[in-house]
Amino acid sequence: MTKSTKGNRAQGGGTAAPGGVRGALPSEVALRVDPLIDDPETRIVVCCGAGGVGKTTTAAAIGLRAAERGRKTVVLTIDPARRLAQSMGLTELDNTPRPVPGAGTGSDSGSGGELHAMMLDMKRTFDEIVEAHADPERARAIMANPFYESLSAGFAGTQEYMAMEKLGQLRARDAWDLIVVDTPPSRSALDFLDAPKRLGSFLDGRLIKLLTAPAKAGGRAGMKFVNLGMAGLSMFTGALNKLLGTGLLRDVQTFVAAMDTMFGGFRTRADATYRLLQAPGTAFLVVAAPERDALREAAYFVERLAEERMPLAGLVLNRVHGSGASALSAERALALAENLEEGGIVDRGHGKGNRHGAHSPGRGSSYGTGTDEQSAHGDHDAYHAHDVHEDIGEDGVPDSTPRPESAEEPTDHNGHTGQTEQLAVALLQLHAERMQLLTRERRTRDRFTALHPEVPVAEVEALPGDVHDLAGLRTIGELLADGSAA
Amino acid sequence: MSRLHVVTGKGGTGKTTVAAALALALASGGKRTLLVEVEGRQGIAQLFETEPLPYEERKIAVAHDGGEVFALAIDPERALLDYLQMFYKLGSAGRALKKLGAIDFATTIAPGLRDVLLTGKACEAVRRRDSRERRVYDAVVMDAPPTGRITRFLGVNEEVAGLAKVGPVHNQAQAVMRLLKSPETAVHLVTLLEEMPVQETVDGVAELRGAGLPVGAALVNMVRPHLLDDDLLRQADSGPGGALADALARAGLSRPDRFVGPLVEQAQEHAERVTLEREQRSALEKLDMPVYELGLLPEGVELAGLYQLAMDLRDQLPARQETP
Ligand SMILES: Nc1ncnc2c1ncn2[C@@H]1O[C@H](COP(=O)(O)OP(=O)(O)OP(=O)(O)O)[C@@H](O)[C@H]1O
Ligand SMILES: Nc1ncnc2c1ncn2[C@@H]1O[C@H](COP(=O)(O)OP(=O)(O)OP(=O)(O)O)[C@@H](O)[C@H]1O
Ligand SMILES: [Mg+2]
Ligand SMILES: [Mg+2]
Repeated sequence: MTKSTKGNRAQGGGTAAPGGVRGALPSEVALRVDPLIDDPETRIVVCCGAGGVGKTTTAAAIGLRAAERGRKTVVLTIDPARRLAQSMGLTELDNTPRPVPGAGTGSDSGSGGELHAMMLDMKRTFDEIVEAHADPERARAIMANPFYESLSAGFAGTQEYMAMEKLGQLRARDAWDLIVVDTPPSRSALDFLDAPKRLGSFLDGRLIKLLTAPAKAGGRAGMKFVNLGMAGLSMFTGALNKLLGTGLLRDVQTFVAAMDTMFGGFRTRADATYRLLQAPGTAFLVVAAPERDALREAAYFVERLAEERMPLAGLVLNRVHGSGASALSAERALALAENLEEGGIVDRGHGKGNRHGAHSPGRGSSYGTGTDEQSAHGDHDAYHAHDVHEDIGEDGVPDSTPRPESAEEPTDHNGHTGQTEQLAVALLQLHAERMQLLTRERRTRDRFTALHPEVPVAEVEALPGDVHDLAGLRTIGELLADGSAA
Repeated sequence: MSRLHVVTGKGGTGKTTVAAALALALASGGKRTLLVEVEGRQGIAQLFETEPLPYEERKIAVAHDGGEVFALAIDPERALLDYLQMFYKLGSAGRALKKLGAIDFATTIAPGLRDVLLTGKACEAVRRRDSRERRVYDAVVMDAPPTGRITRFLGVNEEVAGLAKVGPVHNQAQAVMRLLKSPETAVHLVTLLEEMPVQETVDGVAELRGAGLPVGAALVNMVRPHLLDDDLLRQADSGPGGALADALARAGLSRPDRFVGPLVEQAQEHAERVTLEREQRSALEKLDMPVYELGLLPEGVELAGLYQLAMDLRDQLPARQETP
């Protein structure tokens, strides 16, 4: 615990947070969510992160919290879990924001806030672009084009592109104080920034221009064909036609031509939204789980945002585990459990379902080193407390070995007591597992902090169940705000 | 027993990890397997802690009891060139096209084309025999695209066979489809015991079955042990505070009262999780397919952990029949 506190702009670098404030982090800046969402200057919050870390949950929770704190908010969600979608009233797939029933907003609550939510429909959004820019007949022709079909449904990057497009539309309507955006599930958070450009440059690309050129710019493009090997290209297109059916290339050509004359190119649109993301009213939240891969991803993303001059508000470390008994270390808990088991009191054979020996707790290196002698020091526990949530174990009251009254208790011949011992063993093992998890999570997080000490962090505790209703979202919102309270 | 194992699942559930463990498991006992990567991300190389894989089959691991695992990262560009070469004798024009970005273009405008190449390559490896007519690989394991795309991915050859009505392309596509729909293929779905991945698995299985593709097993990954059985859970719930404190004291814990509350609370959370997981498990059991489980490796997946997963998997797989 001799960690350098250099670069620490938060509270003075003590080792353990006193007074049981959850998430009061010793060596990093705290992310303050409430001031962020209360600030009228904040107009867009984008929740990014690797797959499955909690982007949708965080976006919805922030939207709800902002609304209940008085802001007129819209949340753009992407592929929310079914039950969560239902609880937010997202049953109609019409690609427009709808009021969320049951959000504590409006006149009855007195907050004056509002919450609208929508679920992105990628295909529908694409259709809307076409409909908005072409006359009805033309729009129909484009939408009937088979290439359009595959592009709007399946092209890698279309979802990201459409999310940005929708964000642009919502912003243009200017009907909300705050837009909270979820991002599509993808392996890498970077995809959200890269995919639209990729799609844009693909559609505006050199080759596609070449292929569509004959109609538009005969001579010049013709020259290029010669330079690049006319024979090769026509052979190639011929082969492709055979491979894919004759129609496809022609479809691509007509499609791109039609789109091109319609409006100023995909890249231009992507660029416009990109600028919106760089604007001062935008705040990026990078969501990550306290796991190695997720945090590595988060670090990349943070660096990338800086390169792009996009405003990062901070890191939401989601699904972090805590313990109310963190003064009791894993090693100690296992040693205690072993004491009970060694007493011959507990017969093994609990732990049903633990079929894979690999992860039974107790693999720890110091397992079994806790002798009875050591355990006589009550404050021994406190040295292992990384995260003291209660003021326990700090007074260091020396312990006398087994308390007199417990020594008198019947031990093994009483069925009920045997069960209690068994329960105690299980609870201790469970606790050891929890503490090992806590330690791992902390180690991973510290690695991130060492790399990016300047990034504000808020921790959100892992709830035992998943988050699928407004109450759950409210809890996450509170944890988010608390996790940042210094 | 199937010979082509296609491993799909929701993103991030462990497809690459489980595919690798499966390749190791199937190789154990002196077999040879091929692990195929199709998404060009070099996930296999990372997992086995080796340099990025070139577009060629190379041995990357030795299984328990002396089997071998080979790996191949299929590069769609290279595969397309091979393919065009095979059917159209493009010669050096192919390289020119590559420079122009045409190959990239082709695989982009027609994601289906990529998929034809990828599945085609895997099927070729399944069928390959050496000069003495013995199978080169006992099994081929594919780290496949996620559940949302798998049915289309595997079904693409059907579309192609429909488009190209005759000729070598047609024949190749048909041959691939025959293999993919035969019992020689098994599509496994990796999931976690959480709502969304399980939902995706349920939907994915229905879709695969609807398309006539052979569904293999549900591979439940990152399973955490249940440390308390039902009886104990109930006891923790009913909270025999005093007795528990005494038991903790007998174990040597000083002032145990301060810990009883938090410990019981943790047990209740555990119980809640167990209940949720049980719901998800029963949803999987309704699917009428084998369910295998792989434990959560607390320290993450290192090479040793991968072998551990492979052993766990091997012990659960049905006994192997020899394939000539
Ligand atoms: N703090 C938390 N405690 C418990 N469960 C959580 C927490 N945060 C998220 N979850 C659960 O984790 C699952 C994944 O969350 P979510 O859908 O928000 O992730 P995501 O990043 O949007 O995923 P994807 O990349 O697939 O879109 C959901 O079931 C959600 O309820
Ligand atoms: N049994 C396990 N125990 C612990 N960690 C695991 C386990 N299986 C996978 N992981 C970890 O989970 C993460 C995701 O695994 P993996 O890359 O195999 O998933 P994937 O489904 O292939 O992901 P993607 O959708 O990005 O391709 C990795 O960090 C991996 O090390
Ligand atoms: Mg999501
Ligand atoms: Mg993978």
